[in-house]
Amino acid sequence: MATDSIEAPLIEAKGLVKAYPARDRPGGVFQAVAGLDFHVGRGEAFGFLGPNGAGKSSTMRMLGCVSPATAGSLRILGMDPARDGRRIRARLGVVPQEDALDTELTVRENLLMYGHYFGIPRRVINERATRLLDFAQLVDKAGDRVEALSGGMRRRLTIARSLINEPEILLLDEPTTGLDPQARHVLWDRLFRLKQQGVTLLLTTHYMDEAEQLCDRLVVMDKGLIADEGSPRELIERHSTREVLELRFRLDEQEQAAEKVRALVGARDGERMEVLPDRLLVYTPDGEAALAAVTSERLAPITALVRRSTLEDVFLRLTGRSLTD
Amino acid sequence: MPMFLREFSAWMRRYRRTWRSTIVVSVANPLLFLLAIGAGLGRLVDPASLNGVSYLAFFAPGMLAAAAMQNAYIESAFVVHSALHRERGYVVAAATPLEPRDIMGGHLLFIAFRIATSALAFTVVMVAFGAARSPWVVLAVPAALLTGLAFATPLAAWAVTVERFATLNTVFRFVLMPMYLLSGTFFTLDAVPGWLRPVAYVLPLWHGVDLCRTLSLGTATPLTSLIHVGYLTVLAVGGVAAALVTYRRHLHF
Repeated sequence: MATDSIEAPLIEAKGLVKAYPARDRPGGVFQAVAGLDFHVGRGEAFGFLGPNGAGKSSTMRMLGCVSPATAGSLRILGMDPARDGRRIRARLGVVPQEDALDTELTVRENLLMYGHYFGIPRRVINERATRLLDFAQLVDKAGDRVEALSGGMRRRLTIARSLINEPEILLLDEPTTGLDPQARHVLWDRLFRLKQQGVTLLLTTHYMDEAEQLCDRLVVMDKGLIADEGSPRELIERHSTREVLELRFRLDEQEQAAEKVRALVGARDGERMEVLPDRLLVYTPDGEAALAAVTSERLAPITALVRRSTLEDVFLRLTGRSLTD
Repeated sequence: MPMFLREFSAWMRRYRRTWRSTIVVSVANPLLFLLAIGAGLGRLVDPASLNGVSYLAFFAPGMLAAAAMQNAYIESAFVVHSALHRERGYVVAAATPLEPRDIMGGHLLFIAFRIATSALAFTVVMVAFGAARSPWVVLAVPAALLTGLAFATPLAAWAVTVERFATLNTVFRFVLMPMYLLSGTFFTLDAVPGWLRPVAYVLPLWHGVDLCRTLSLGTATPLTSLIHVGYLTVLAVGGVAAALVTYRRHLHF
């Protein structure tokens, strides 16, 4: 660990800004990324968490050296994307949001074609393709056209493709969006293995469970800015309570119930309440005790659920909005 | 190996899978035209009205140039747009060490290959039909390629900036189709009203048609041919210059 602190970070952003011409105001400017500071060390899994439009994808494009920063500085692998884009991209792996696989070609051909873009000798590409098909659990599909693959298989092939140049940094833009739960778990397992092999992972997501599963450290983004940064556990400890009591009332009773719960919570130490359109969230160190207090007030929720705090609660606290808005 | 050749070979690799279906559009369709109009309808045209040239011999080289334009449109407008928005091959290539100019150069080289091979196939059939009257017809192949490129490079430069697919169709209907009809592909410009003739002289396709036709008929003169080649070259080179800018703006935004 001592050497880690001396080693320069793999990625370092200071005051990073990305502005586009505004579509709704002629001559106006829209800041998709409004000034980011972060750094990522070798071997870390680093996440950008935030709702749609938070600036995650714009950040990823700048990291992928396909989008010049409007202002601020960015260093990747000790180089400047504005000058050394080619050399940086040669050492990156990119998993875009849309797979953009070549559907006319076979699974294996997709890997070969991509390897060729990096100028890797044919023999080496062939060896790696065989290994990567195994890694992506697609050996049986190697000769099939991509058209015939399921969404989960395509995603795995896209990840295999991004690894053909043995990248030091892997950029994943919403890697599991649109996949069914089983396919997501398979994918997480593969990404976890990559991390163990020492690949630095950068990913965007709007799934809390994904961020908790994969990320050592993450930033919560909102409106192009970083709302906070830390490990999932740190963020939860900093911004939420240990447990959450979720209460659902009949919709016509929710407003009234919310008043009573608010009064109740206000009297108890270390508790607070959030009102969502369909339920009340009571943040508390002890969910069962809070529920007992609610029922003793003769409030009758349709359902009551005690759970651990998650990053969703952190996000709600930091931005006042739920992630799925 | 220069980077743009990596992009070229990616297109060739895809083409190995799809070439059969492209043959229909780029070769079979013009051939049907040649048969139906040149050999069928053409019999109704008195060669005396074309200075003793059969209608087939008159029409075929015009069709060669027009087909090059059409192939250029399909390959540069539709395929370029799709490579950015639907199939997204450009987006994938942009994530690799390739720069936008490499992606542009490699794709344009592939488009040139497509136009050239189609033109070659068409010319071979033309000769087999006895529709070529001069050995200079061998130069009609590079002339058709140049005609195609005069369209392909500006179209690619434009298509990479287009967001809506429908825009491509609109331009095809209202720009390319009229040009098809007004550029002397089907009839000599002597047949159009005098006031319309200067319009035809501005149309790049007319220069391509006249260049291919005079080569095939053996009536080409150095000065006129030079003007045609010059005009078409300016368009092709200008298109590349524009594409250098638009590809960078739209692939690295």
